[in-house]
Amino acid sequence: MINTLLSGDRPNSRPLALLLIAIGLCLAFAPFLFPGTKPLDTAARICIFIVLVASYDLLLGYTGIVSFAHTMFFGIGAYGVALALGSLGASFLAILVGVLAGTALSCALALAIGLFSLRVKAIFFAMVTLAVASAFAVLVSQLSFLTGGEDGLTYRIPRELTPAFRLTDLRIFDVRIDGRLLAYYLVFFSALALFLVMLRIVNSPFGTTLKAVRDNAFRAEAIGYRVVRYRTTATVLSAAMASLAGALLAIWIRYTGPATTLSMEIMIDILLMVVIGGMGTMYGAVIGASLFILAQTYLQSLMASAEAATRGLPLLPDLVAPERWLLWLGTLFVLSVYFFPDGIVGRLRNRG
Amino acid sequence: MSETAIRPRLVGPTATERLGKAAPLLLAPVLALIGLAAIGNPSVWLTLTVAGLAMGLMIFIMASGLTVVFGLMDVINFGHGAFVSVGAFVGFTVLAWLSGWTQNPAVVLNLAAVFLAILASMAVTGALGLAFERVIVKPVYGHHLKQILVTMGGLIVAQQLIHVIWGPDAIHVARPPSLQGSFIVGEAAIEKYRMLAVAIGLVLFLAMRHVLRATKLGLLVRAGVENGEMVEALGYRINRLFLLVFMAGSALAGLGGIMWGLYQETITAHMGSEIMVLVFVVVIIGGLGSIEGCFIGALLVGLLANYMAFLAPKAALVSTIALMVAILMWRPQGLYPVVKAK
Repeated sequence: MINTLLSGDRPNSRPLALLLIAIGLCLAFAPFLFPGTKPLDTAARICIFIVLVASYDLLLGYTGIVSFAHTMFFGIGAYGVALALGSLGASFLAILVGVLAGTALSCALALAIGLFSLRVKAIFFAMVTLAVASAFAVLVSQLSFLTGGEDGLTYRIPRELTPAFRLTDLRIFDVRIDGRLLAYYLVFFSALALFLVMLRIVNSPFGTTLKAVRDNAFRAEAIGYRVVRYRTTATVLSAAMASLAGALLAIWIRYTGPATTLSMEIMIDILLMVVIGGMGTMYGAVIGASLFILAQTYLQSLMASAEAATRGLPLLPDLVAPERWLLWLGTLFVLSVYFFPDGIVGRLRNRG
Repeated sequence: MSETAIRPRLVGPTATERLGKAAPLLLAPVLALIGLAAIGNPSVWLTLTVAGLAMGLMIFIMASGLTVVFGLMDVINFGHGAFVSVGAFVGFTVLAWLSGWTQNPAVVLNLAAVFLAILASMAVTGALGLAFERVIVKPVYGHHLKQILVTMGGLIVAQQLIHVIWGPDAIHVARPPSLQGSFIVGEAAIEKYRMLAVAIGLVLFLAMRHVLRATKLGLLVRAGVENGEMVEALGYRINRLFLLVFMAGSALAGLGGIMWGLYQETITAHMGSEIMVLVFVVVIIGGLGSIEGCFIGALLVGLLANYMAFLAPKAALVSTIALMVAILMWRPQGLYPVVKAK
């Protein structure tokens, strides 16, 4: 049963399996284990980013393509839902319309970009996606009549998903069963389903071919696989997954703006999560996203206290200030590309 | 034996083939003419054209280093933008030290201050390029994927270090008085600083062409682009050549940075990664590894961006992407591909 669910791709390492089970249980029971708004928000973000990072890993780790347009697809998904909810009113039908429209647009764009830039070189694709994604971000912030510009969009979501809605008056473990809880479980189960689908994709014959293309495109072509077609399909699939993750984010935070979906910072965060978690394994996405978002939420306050402790010393307070945490992550990123190219998951697997 | 010997027939390139070869050269003038037709007013057009040329040449300065490094070493440096930012900040610091010179209205002192700032920027970014090549890029020669990731990581770290050293806020950079204001030609106003930028850019382009075409160093670089192993087999230390070219490319990025900073009059740690979008577009349009293609691409992007900023401000950045797509449809490898697709 579990083997089928995981598509035969077991963690293959005891510590890794324990870690994954722990993360899974924590996320599944987050509202009961960690009551409060902030922990629940963190848990939902982890779920969403697991999907986003896993979809990026489909491209980077499994196909060997570097794309900088992943946040663009993430943003398209989020804006699709936001615009639909804004114009059609707060209904589940609007969410469905938004999800479908956003995903379709993402797929079309990914197909177009893939077709004219994947023929040449991986490096070419990286540059083209970087340029297209920045142009898209600028466009979104300029078309303010449609997208709300830099301010973004706020909108209402169906009442069943808001804290005002009560499913029952019963309290379970002293936790109110309200719409917020339902929204969390919507996010959680959607993320779980999407993750399992991706796990299925990478362990299918198609996924195996992707790995062949990654390891030796020339040889894959020689055996008779159309490399461009496989690369483009992977790009489209990962774009679709990213926009679904964007839709989940739009539903969860009830706000969509350039800073939360399209910014280059998020792209860099995704890169860090994939590399630190481990490229080329879906489980890396789980570990990377969980660790990174926990660190982002809680490490910064630790750094603030470090800054306070070192005040008076030259330069040091500036280096450990909470705003500078990307400095340390960037260093960690470079070091992990050199020394642990397989990330945390690869390390854990190789030990056992 | 028949008397009619078969005479060799010399087949020269046909007119269309010749046109095809020369076509990229015609692009920039054609674009300028289209711009004139679309804008209508010649004096506005002149102002915009000079602005476009200045912008294009500054982008060319930054992009040339990137494209030569790619052609020679097969390394694409996503951290190139870091050198642009560092160059701008170092230049700003030097200009602040020389505030006596920059506030003086004398042209000579102003130019000397700018010149010193440029030299300092180039020295610092060149040295930084040395460190970057040795520490960050060297271990990953030949792995494109890792190169992209590692240089991106280097960019993040460099940007954060700029925040640590110069603080997180955007800094205002004032141009020296003799570089402010404009010349008035007819009804068109042409900013003095833009003329300086055009002059520096052109001199640099000609100098680079000269070095690449007429010196031994240039010969080695071109040979290295063609076949690095052969250059090595002939007894030249290609590693040292790599390092030299990388440092030169970084120094050029620093030069571009200080010039761009003076042009925009504000500098931030992120300015480098923002301008990199245009730099990548230019490099792609020109064909990876080609200086001439890069030059034409930069002029096209600069002109188009300025015309569009006047005609339809919201479409400015998107239009450069559209230009890139159009060029790629026409020539999938860019205007002058030097590096064969691998």
